Amino acid sequence: MTGWWVLAAALVATFLVAFAARAVNGRFRSTGSDGVPATEDAEGRFDLGALGRRPGETATLVQFSSAFCQPCRATRAVLAQVAELVPGVEVVEVDAEAHLELVREWGVLRTPTVFVLDSSGRLVRRASGAPSRDQVLAAVAEAIE
Amino acid sequence: MQVDPRGPRVAAALTAAVLAVALVVPSPAREIVLAVQAVVFALGAFVGVGATPYAQLFARVVRPRLAAPTEWEDARPPQFAQLVGLIFVVVAIAGFLTGITVLGFVATAAALVAALLNAAIGLCLGCELYLITRRLATSLA
Repeated sequence: MTGWWVLAAALVATFLVAFAARAVNGRFRSTGSDGVPATEDAEGRFDLGALGRRPGETATLVQFSSAFCQPCRATRAVLAQVAELVPGVEVVEVDAEAHLELVREWGVLRTPTVFVLDSSGRLVRRASGAPSRDQVLAAVAEAIE
Repeated sequence: MQVDPRGPRVAAALTAAVLAVALVVPSPAREIVLAVQAVVFALGAFVGVGATPYAQLFARVVRPRLAAPTEWEDARPPQFAQLVGLIFVVVAIAGFLTGITVLGFVATAAALVAALLNAAIGLCLGCELYLITRRLATSLA
């Protein structure tokens, strides 16, 4: 009898996780104060120089990826589209496994995670899970403001 | 290696069905069903995702009736997820055999939720764990 109850609970849990994943994936949140890690300087600047890259003229999209990540491929395509649509947007892809120090410093838990940096390289929006093109466009528009 | 992404989805659906059966049958059938699933996970994790009977079923019965895949995926994420599944099922068997039934049920249910999510919406919980385990591994080292 217990097994049936556990089965029912597992089905309910599956629905809850599925809806939560749909709601959370790709949603950009503002990184006003809480998103800035303690080890970073007060302005919350993401050190693109350490990756040998410079900020884009209007915004930079940083994608954390890993080999074990199917949605990363879709996200890569979405970011490339946005970079084509919006002038001055640079895309930087970070291999999370090769840059675990950045992963830890910036509290990245999943791949893909996308950061939107403003023209000065400051982190202003972030999302985990694959975002849609419209979600990225909206986040970039907010970053440019 | 690349795989047709629909293969792991079908395999996940079959895995979910087997785990659901494991939850509701009495002991010792329960432990036997879990042991069979453990062997399937081990094949997937250590030989390759194409080596499981579920993948064979997909390749021989389901796939010939479908159109060609529009995209391919890396075989490593589903393979890693098979390893995560194996760990959960082994913990479940250990729980049931040692009388810690709660552990057995919880571990089986966790594996079932992961398999259902993969089958239903393509979310691979085992893959999501990968980066976190890498973070932990290097911070402990």
